[in-house]
Amino acid sequence: MALSDLFARLRKDQDADAGTADPLVHPTKALGRFLAALGTRQQRVLLDLGPGGSNITFFGGEIGCKIFVEDLSKDIDRHVNQAKVERLPTFLDRRFQQESETIDGILCWDIFDYLERGAAERLALQLTRVLRPNGVLLAFFSTADPRSAMRPTYTRHIVIDRAHLEYRPYAAARAKQRPLLNRDIQRLFEPLRITDNFLLKTNLREVLFRKAAAAAVTPSAAVAAEG
Amino acid sequence: MPTGPDVQSHQGGTSTAPPPETRHQRVRDNVHIGKSVIIKGELNGSEDLTIEGHVDGKIELKDHVLTIGSNGKVKAQVFVKALIVIGEVNGNITASDRVEIRDGGSVDGDIVSPRVAIAEGAHFRGSVDMQRKAGQAAQAAPPPRSGVQPAPQAQTAAQVAQPVAR
Repeated sequence: MALSDLFARLRKDQDADAGTADPLVHPTKALGRFLAALGTRQQRVLLDLGPGGSNITFFGGEIGCKIFVEDLSKDIDRHVNQAKVERLPTFLDRRFQQESETIDGILCWDIFDYLERGAAERLALQLTRVLRPNGVLLAFFSTADPRSAMRPTYTRHIVIDRAHLEYRPYAAARAKQRPLLNRDIQRLFEPLRITDNFLLKTNLREVLFRKAAAAAVTPSAAVAAEG
Repeated sequence: MPTGPDVQSHQGGTSTAPPPETRHQRVRDNVHIGKSVIIKGELNGSEDLTIEGHVDGKIELKDHVLTIGSNGKVKAQVFVKALIVIGEVNGNITASDRVEIRDGGSVDGDIVSPRVAIAEGAHFRGSVDMQRKAGQAAQAAPPPRSGVQPAPQAQTAAQVAQPVAR
């Protein structure tokens, strides 16, 4: 490949990263991978932790998934407004009524940015529980200092297409917490495995996790287990 | 030509207006349950319905549009052609055509419908299934959330049970 072709391709990638003319629309690299990882299984089930129904038409209509909408931002706001933030971890232990290993894909968006360590660990544990073997989880993590924000906001992530999201801010009762480091993110979701990790120009880290397929029970393993 | 007060109030006298019979029918085909009315039981009907009061039980309007007005509070399993929510619904919804939750509207329950629109500012908690046909889904409807029990079947079509003035 000629050097000029290489630079042309690089420029094209940069233009794509810059997004469209709309300042609220940003490129996403992980969403396409998330959708591809969901596969083509019938009756796929998604869990969306974002505000009610922003993406029902996209995921329900176009992708054909059943979607559980569980808006955690409202729960966080309620605990903050009632000065009961310390009860959030216990609350998250009981928050999800779904059966274990019944969800094909989980859209966390950036909800983990608003949780302190203890609550984040409990939430990650619950999400890992409900995720099917081979299921995928998409989460965004801010890398920016939360103190730079003038007033706290959540972000409504609206899917424009597989490569673009619209970030629509709305008022929050709580600011983002200290950004998580890469290894903290990895440990938080163990035993899920990180399959894709993109650092965007928007100071956002898009991370795609996958739960390992259920281990096949070999005859020797079965014998060892019985013994 | 009908001469009742409903018809007369809609006679505009312009040449483009529909005939009085049609307008009369349109008025009669949308039943309104006022905000002072509480209904406990099963609600069946063959007309479009707007609820501004409270309904607790089960609602079936399989070929018609149900609108839950801004004062309306429904704790019921709902089987309709189309549902528009501006008030509150607590229970599972099956709609053969569409469900719209408008700004300020609130739904706690599972929705089965081929088309679902949830406006910004609306509250929704539950699941949305746009994949299955509503008819199939009605047969295999999941158990209701929040303790909503199906009401005893005691009414005939277009009847309501024990309206209570508050």
